Amino acid sequence: MVDEGTVQAIEFTLNGEKVRATVESRQLLVHFIRDTLGLKGTHVGCDTGSCGACSLIYDGKLIKSCMMLAPQADGAEIETIEGLARDGELTPVQQAFHEEHGLQCGYCTPGVVMAATFLLRRTLNPSEEEIRRSVRGNICRCTGYINIIRSIEAAAGATRAGGEEAA
Amino acid sequence: MSTTPTETPVETRSTIGQSVPRVEDRRLLQGQGEFVDDVWMHRTGHAHFVRSPHGHARIVSIDARRALSLDGVYTVLTGDEAKEMCQAPFFQIAPPPAGKLEEWPLAVEKVRYHGDAVAVVLAETRELARDAAELVDVEYEPLPAVVDTVKAADPDAPVLHEVVGSNIAWQGTYDWGDIDFALQNADHVVEIDRLHFHRFSSTPLECNGAVVHWDPGTNIVRISSNNQMPMFASMVIGPTIGVASNRLSFSSQDIGGAFGIKIGSYPQIAALALLSRKAGRPAKWTEYRTDHMLSAGQGNERTFLDTKVAVQSDGTILGFKTRAFDDAGAYLHYEPLGAVIWTQVSPGCYRMKHVHVEYTETLTNKCPTIPNRGYSRLQHLWLTERIIDIVAHELGFDPVELRKKNYVQPEDYPYETPNGCVYDSGDLPRSLDIALEMIDVEKWRATQRELGHGSGKRIGIGIGSTLDSGTNNFGQARLVNPELPFSGNGEACYAKLDLYGEVNVNLGTTPQGQGHETTAAQVVADILSMPPDQVHVTAGFNQQQNTYVAFSGTYASQFAVTGLGAAKGAAEKLRAEIIELAAYALQADAQDIELGDGMCSVRGDAERAIPFIGIANMIYSNNAVLTPEMRERLSLNCRYVYTPPFQVPDPESKRGNLTLTYASQIHAAVVEIDEETGEVEILDYAAIDDCGKRIHPQIVEGQVHGATVLGIGAALYEAFEYDESGQLQQASFYDYHAITALDTPDIRVGDIESPSPFTPNGAKGMGEGGGAPLHAICSAIQDALSREDAIVSDSHNPWERVWRLVHSGETGEPRGVRVTSGGKGDGA
Repeated sequence: MVDEGTVQAIEFTLNGEKVRATVESRQLLVHFIRDTLGLKGTHVGCDTGSCGACSLIYDGKLIKSCMMLAPQADGAEIETIEGLARDGELTPVQQAFHEEHGLQCGYCTPGVVMAATFLLRRTLNPSEEEIRRSVRGNICRCTGYINIIRSIEAAAGATRAGGEEAA
Repeated sequence: MSTTPTETPVETRSTIGQSVPRVEDRRLLQGQGEFVDDVWMHRTGHAHFVRSPHGHARIVSIDARRALSLDGVYTVLTGDEAKEMCQAPFFQIAPPPAGKLEEWPLAVEKVRYHGDAVAVVLAETRELARDAAELVDVEYEPLPAVVDTVKAADPDAPVLHEVVGSNIAWQGTYDWGDIDFALQNADHVVEIDRLHFHRFSSTPLECNGAVVHWDPGTNIVRISSNNQMPMFASMVIGPTIGVASNRLSFSSQDIGGAFGIKIGSYPQIAALALLSRKAGRPAKWTEYRTDHMLSAGQGNERTFLDTKVAVQSDGTILGFKTRAFDDAGAYLHYEPLGAVIWTQVSPGCYRMKHVHVEYTETLTNKCPTIPNRGYSRLQHLWLTERIIDIVAHELGFDPVELRKKNYVQPEDYPYETPNGCVYDSGDLPRSLDIALEMIDVEKWRATQRELGHGSGKRIGIGIGSTLDSGTNNFGQARLVNPELPFSGNGEACYAKLDLYGEVNVNLGTTPQGQGHETTAAQVVADILSMPPDQVHVTAGFNQQQNTYVAFSGTYASQFAVTGLGAAKGAAEKLRAEIIELAAYALQADAQDIELGDGMCSVRGDAERAIPFIGIANMIYSNNAVLTPEMRERLSLNCRYVYTPPFQVPDPESKRGNLTLTYASQIHAAVVEIDEETGEVEILDYAAIDDCGKRIHPQIVEGQVHGATVLGIGAALYEAFEYDESGQLQQASFYDYHAITALDTPDIRVGDIESPSPFTPNGAKGMGEGGGAPLHAICSAIQDALSREDAIVSDSHNPWERVWRLVHSGETGEPRGVRVTSGGKGDGA
């Protein structure tokens, strides 16, 4: 079924662990992570890079994994929602979303949490405008964004108070 | 020994009304939810639908040979083949002639909208299925399309379904009171030429999906899906694909938003069942966003022509008449129920006595509609709100005072509407006062006055007053088709004490973010006097395991009443069994047994106690200690079905109590309009929601936020539009601007609590929200316009439309409204 020439061997780091795999050149990164590697937390909400449900952190940058191909993972360091909580302990961002009701159906949530984590790694004193901009690429149809913004404000505050890093 | 006072007895600890931590959050925050695309089975193939590029066309031929020649393509199913495998077309709610309409799982002979599915491919991978779908050669003969609901009703319009003979899906007159008398004798008659409520959708972020396996071993059709009303889907597809309901097995865990739209995935699920049967493999389908926009279902579009309103000089609005045209799209999915559901709120929030609506629903070459948040009521409530604002604008009344004068007053409840619906409770004038106070209306009125001519800016203040009617009486279906054997409503719950004394609960609902696991646990825990985190509520729905009734599902603002009513009933039955067994074991009177933290003890004698594990032991593994009569009667497995107290409505008079509860929303918006560009910016916004007793205030507030922001999105940014040939213009999130965090204003949320006298817990269903932002924003734009300008006549107001309104005085655009005064209205 698959032509020899369309398959590529890649090696990268996923949530701190080395991964070696052979991927089809045309497969989207998000489908590789979900279908091949079985990490189901990264979601798909559109075909067009508009909704942000598939957002993850790639070499320290926030990207939409439906806009990248699986071979582009080669050599990269990738973090997904599954890499945040360690031993079941939620990160300050996840905890704040829980307390502030920053999620309802939870489908956009992994992408939003990755975007918020990315923001708070850069600044722990974001303005409301910066918070809104940080999730401008994430569509949420349940919360009206209000509690998402509150959650990110609360996570920044909790992280400042705790003297920790965002995640 | 401690001498401190003992704690409040555990039995009295209740979490009802408290925002306990949501049970669902931990899994969802860690990427451990299970959504439909997370479901896999052995030998799964991936399905992709082949869709029509035409709005209306005859299918000349379908040739799948090129697709089938690819390695890894398992099969292709066409419309003709699917029909051959079926026993009947989908059941129709409409009476004849529209009821004769034939819809099959895939299009047969004709396609009737852009996106209509003609075939479905099953292949080894997602990518291959999509490629192969491109290689299915379909020859079409294009036909003229009709995309306007009023034109579609014209006898000369192209007909979508020849067997129906016209495009009329349903037609009827609703006539309550005596509108002609009112119009003839009113001091003023306000005539509004045309009002148009636009098409949009809540577009859940997770698209539709299903993994369907026609299991040849058991002959059970397993359907893992995100359909939100699986019992309705079962009742529709079972007879079509020839499978009895005890061999259909719908299941879902987490659903990524639904808003009514996910009622509409049943035709695809039926096609997938046939595809699986043909291929001998499970068929996995995950809708792409473009497919979703084209074919998942869109909200109802409605046009109101020749509206006439009877108004007295003191501002009393007597009533109105109108001709409503509702656009159902190409097939009837759940329609024509929308043709009656608006009558739950026929006079809106107002004491109007005379309501006359000539209602026509048409078929058009557009995506079929499906209930979308606020279904059918928000379209009608938009009409009643436009009526109030236009009357105020034309006759010089203050829109606030006009509303207060005509609102149903607090002392009027329970209030019977002209068509026999009963508004249960509320305080609309006070809700409006709170909303206006929250936006500081006096400050904005001053700013509005100060902002002189030539500033290039205008300020408008608007109000939306809506009702979120919940727990509907399915008997209203008989008003559109007297032959339908439907009435009442209900939900089922199962509560049991498990082997080691644990509490387990399951329901027939299909939650999509409303926190049913959390709130059902609160209710059951309250009755069993234990902490809610010790009550396990099954996540999601499973037809083979959960209990249900035909009304089960999650839709139409009713869980707080039906779902929690069922949970309460099941928990009370379980509590009674636990107490009886404890009394037997402790040799005490049942009335002396008290429960607390998983223990049963004799009041005043804490030494005499038995834990829940001991109670469970007597039933499950030690039943010889019981009397034969107790063994036979007690099970610790308790099912309860909550049923609201409804009667069958009268199809002749079209009267009856159609809904149990009415949550009310009063929204106030302040907008600034840029005269040069037409841009509308929201400067302040307040939303008051009165949904009776709140079980979990944080979840309620979250629902208010969501409904408000989706409404703002629809008012300003979101619309589905078709060109004359039936091409959808917004088929992705590039063209369909789903509202973002940058577009969302700060929203002040206030609440007042008017408990429902009709529900088991004082709660009212809520969450849909009545579309109040659409009304508030139209009202605010109206407020910013002068008497010479045209009226706001569309529910969707992007920059260009607002620019036209602001400049309509100069351009001479017809105003679209007239007033006849002096008791000589020619309304009749």
